[in-house]
Amino acid sequence: MKNKFSLFIVVIFLSFCFVILYKGLNTTNNYTPKTNEKKNIPSFKTRDFYSNNYVNSDKIFEENIFYIVNIWASWCVPCRAEHPLLMQLSKNQSIKLIGLNYRDNFNNAKKFIDDFGNPYSKILIDKDGTLGVEFGAYGVPETFLIDKDKNIIKKFVGPINQEIVNEIKLIIK
Amino acid sequence: MLANQIGHYSLILGLLISILLCGVSIKDFNNTNKQINQNILSLSFLQLVFVIVSFLSLIISFINSDFSNETVFNNSHTTKPLFYKISGTWGNHEGSLLLWLLVLTLFIFLFLIKSREQPKKYRILTLLFQQIIIIGFFLFVLMTSNPFNYLFPIPSEGLGLNPILQDPALAIHPPILYLGYVGTSIIFSSSLAAVAQNYVNKEWGKHIKKWVLVSWIFLTIGIMLGSIWAYYELGWGGFWFWDPVENVSLMPWLTLTALLHCIVVLERRAALTSWVIILSITTFTLSMCGTFLVRSGILNSVHTFANDPARGIFILIFLFALIVLSVGIFFIFHKENNKSSNDFFWLSRETSILINNWFMMYFLSVVLIGTVYPIFLDVISSEKISVGPPFYQKLIVPFLIPFLLFMSLGPRLKWIKSKIENKNSLIITFVISVILTFLIIKNLTTDLLFYTILISAAFFLFFTTLKELFIKKFNNISQTISHFGFSLLILSILFNSILSSEIITNIKIGERYDYNKGEIFFKNIEERKESNFKSIIASFEIKNKNGKTIELNPEIRIYNQPVIITSEADIKTTLLEDKFLVMNLVKGNEYFNIRYQIKPFMVWIWISVLLLSLGGLMSLFKRKI
Repeated sequence: MKNKFSLFIVVIFLSFCFVILYKGLNTTNNYTPKTNEKKNIPSFKTRDFYSNNYVNSDKIFEENIFYIVNIWASWCVPCRAEHPLLMQLSKNQSIKLIGLNYRDNFNNAKKFIDDFGNPYSKILIDKDGTLGVEFGAYGVPETFLIDKDKNIIKKFVGPINQEIVNEIKLIIK
Repeated sequence: MLANQIGHYSLILGLLISILLCGVSIKDFNNTNKQINQNILSLSFLQLVFVIVSFLSLIISFINSDFSNETVFNNSHTTKPLFYKISGTWGNHEGSLLLWLLVLTLFIFLFLIKSREQPKKYRILTLLFQQIIIIGFFLFVLMTSNPFNYLFPIPSEGLGLNPILQDPALAIHPPILYLGYVGTSIIFSSSLAAVAQNYVNKEWGKHIKKWVLVSWIFLTIGIMLGSIWAYYELGWGGFWFWDPVENVSLMPWLTLTALLHCIVVLERRAALTSWVIILSITTFTLSMCGTFLVRSGILNSVHTFANDPARGIFILIFLFALIVLSVGIFFIFHKENNKSSNDFFWLSRETSILINNWFMMYFLSVVLIGTVYPIFLDVISSEKISVGPPFYQKLIVPFLIPFLLFMSLGPRLKWIKSKIENKNSLIITFVISVILTFLIIKNLTTDLLFYTILISAAFFLFFTTLKELFIKKFNNISQTISHFGFSLLILSILFNSILSSEIITNIKIGERYDYNKGEIFFKNIEERKESNFKSIIASFEIKNKNGKTIELNPEIRIYNQPVIITSEADIKTTLLEDKFLVMNLVKGNEYFNIRYQIKPFMVWIWISVLLLSLGGLMSLFKRKI
């Protein structure tokens, strides 16, 4: 009896794992944007991509406009896909893009920017990936929309698409 | 082109032999002969030959840069040095699966040769279970990841091998790791066979221990090679990043280590039988799970190579079929041995091994949860979280303290019933460890109390095993060496993390940079052209406080196919510390960004892992008493 019960438990558990992993396989590449995020941006200190000097977070977000923090890396394939959209967004005057270069090699990152253009007003380095964690990031790419009160109001996991760009444009209007 | 065809058909023939083997073995199973049918052995050999032929064909296609082969086209280039053309064979998804098959068939053949004294039915069942795995992998390779796909029109040039994979440590890392990883399949098959035949006893324990040891040694060295590669090539200046793929190699290692200790109990007392079987099944399941996680693209990691859901689904279904099969067999056939043999006296070697197992299971759950929990959470609540090194460090490091203490005491206990001997000398050793630790680190860290206890525990194990090595009459030298290696590993890791220092700055050619402990002088740069990359080699002179200078030559490589820039760190290794210098180009090209790191005791991390495996190796070749 006891044996049958434990067998039952094991079977239930295994089926559960199977279903989850099966679903996981199909959903990992379809990122869903998570809304209603209202959180202050973490205060941090990190190195600037070009000058390699330390910069403080309150120095970065000092203007009274919207900001976008985009986590990217040259090795990340979806980042390439979303890059033209970031370029498009960067033409907008009422928003500034901050790039967070995640666990990357400087030369590759630089080549990436040279090849595809630089949408960012500032690029920061996140060599060991800890800054991304502070932002609550899951991976690359990830995009955060920050309002004038320095709250993270939206977080987009995975590459952004035209729909998201339109949504962002609507918000910042 | 021809090699391509031969390789492809060898694979199909290998699959046919699997089916044939199953038929012959089932027929032979009820035959009254004492020995197994000689044909089985020949067929198994033939199967191995076919897989070898297939593997060699792929290597030949790589050497000849035969771009009519899709795998070669995707992963090679005519200008690659020969060595990396060959290692490119297993540096990709398709080739590495072929390597899986090679190890699977090799191990079952060796098993058949080496198990002549074992009961016939047990051997045949092991073969059958192994063939089920082999058939699964043959189908997987042929259906979803054929390494011999044909391309037409034939491209004139390949896409090239990712430069970060062009490294000697990485060239041998997969084969060694796979010998350990896939080697656990034999433990899985034979434990299922042993359960079905009710053969889980002392003899089986003695016989399977060798296979456990072999897998364990290869797995240990394989993980170390991967770690060395990460240290030298990725230039992150560390050796373990809790990356999901590193984790999936660590998980089977933990269960295998637990299994190794339990087998020792089994071969003496015929106890813990269920636990041994569960561990054997879990170990291989975790290896397969690792393959699933890495190959399906369900995880994001630097190691992720392929993102093909069809592959993921195949491995997932296959993995669960194997789990269901093994769980079914376990529940139907396994008979618990009489209860009293599992009652251990609280102070005995058996109990200490059980404690080891609890710790291993704890470490395993931490790593497992950290690795798969994000996937589960994502599916259930579509919430994304990121689990980083702090999670693992916070949960694992404090538990190392009791683990190290038990590890120092456990091996001193006797079987069945024991008492702690030489209490005084143990206490003295412990006090010495604490004082020594305190003197060493009192000025180094802010978290003094915690590190004092942690390092003392490591020193305690270090001294007790060291004393054992010199004073005791070598009664179990292999175990002592392994445990000594482990204490050395923990000590080197701890001191490495406490004492490391780093300088990051931008510097021009001809410039000097003063830091509080010395001076960095950027002498010059030199350009060099190799067949597959162009390199800029800089020369730096680093002078420390005592006026001693060393020269370091970090390098920037610009690979042509595919165009990727990598930074090759220059590392000067001495017994006491590694000096690690890596440079990067900065915008405008006049300045170079350099990162100079001093990493103490780096080489001891590798040495201690080697010691750990040496212990295993000695145990493998130990004469039977």
